[in-house]
Amino acid sequence: MKPRHKRFAIIGGGLAALGIAAALVLNAFQSNLVFFFTPTQVAAGEAPQGKTFRIGGLVKEGSMKRQSDGLTVRFIVTDTAKEMSVAYTGILPDLFREGKGVVAQGKLGPDGLFAASEVLAKHDENYMPPEAQHAVEQAHKTAKSVKQ
Amino acid sequence: MNNRLINWFRYASPQTFYPLAGKMIPWFWALTAVFGIAGLYIGFFAAPTDAQQGEGYRIIFIHVPASWMSMFIYLVMAFWAALGLGFNTRLSGMMASALAPTGALMAFLSLWTGALWGKPMWGTWWVWDARLTSELILFFLYLGFIALQSAIDEPRRADKAGAVLALVGVINIPIIYFSVKWWNTLHQGASVSLTRSPSMAQAMLWGMLLMALAFWMYSIAVALARVRAIILERERHAGWVEELREVRQ
Repeated sequence: MKPRHKRFAIIGGGLAALGIAAALVLNAFQSNLVFFFTPTQVAAGEAPQGKTFRIGGLVKEGSMKRQSDGLTVRFIVTDTAKEMSVAYTGILPDLFREGKGVVAQGKLGPDGLFAASEVLAKHDENYMPPEAQHAVEQAHKTAKSVKQ
Repeated sequence: MNNRLINWFRYASPQTFYPLAGKMIPWFWALTAVFGIAGLYIGFFAAPTDAQQGEGYRIIFIHVPASWMSMFIYLVMAFWAALGLGFNTRLSGMMASALAPTGALMAFLSLWTGALWGKPMWGTWWVWDARLTSELILFFLYLGFIALQSAIDEPRRADKAGAVLALVGVINIPIIYFSVKWWNTLHQGASVSLTRSPSMAQAMLWGMLLMALAFWMYSIAVALARVRAIILERERHAGWVEELREVRQ
């Protein structure tokens, strides 16, 4: 083996060892790297108790209700399997919409109401002009009515 | 050794690479201008408004190419670092250190435009989710590489130390890329990937790809110009440098 082959072998071996180490570390920290919990995970008791954490999911269609003080909103976050009620006082981001993604940070009360201190909108990776989105929505509606 | 291999190694010497790089730079600048103008035109005028985000999404034409570039430059830098460690060639180390500032710039642009985009769309400048945090680590890796190299006076030793750092940090690149798949993040998933068709309107996609090409050409042009400066600095006592027209003047 020439010296330069040896050096490349050391580099290759070193990178492989690093890769395995990184994979093991990331795997061990898996639960700490989660940015938010889904309502299903919360229902299963995976979310930290009595501490601030984030929940994420979709804002359920027709669930958003503004309270009489004009600033507090209540809505339901769903991952289509489980649901959670959220209360939030403050300004919502522009992209906060029913049926769209949301991430809320706060605490879970004993009554099951999630009191959010921060609400962030999570948008998807689809970019299309309004006409195209309209067409997609129409297609979904037709597909639904066909099923029924 | 066969002939083809010898031909490649010919350009591994700073003396032959210096004029070659000088000849290539104007072409890459010209391509930067062509792709950049076409990309910006499509981005600003031809691409339609986004249904969800309105006009604000147009920052994607800078954000995504800068982010891609920040990751790709790191891979190229690590490639040169490995070559330098393995073959002990002088030019490899110079290429790696020539790429680092451009990579750092791209990582910074990616974080900066991301913050500007995050505030109106998500409602926050910054969150510690896996994608954003790993990109920030990439930025620090670039800065660390530059700092480490400048801290060591002897260039060959600086190259070796930098190369080890660059190779260790390469583990971060797949983490950045797959972070949105492996974990729940606020950052959305990839719109363009090799495994499925892109989830973007055609005109938007073209604008983004052209801008990405412009960023590529810019990065190559700047890295070549920088590597020429590094060659001149390190080889200033070599006979061929003293005979250069631009040096004698």
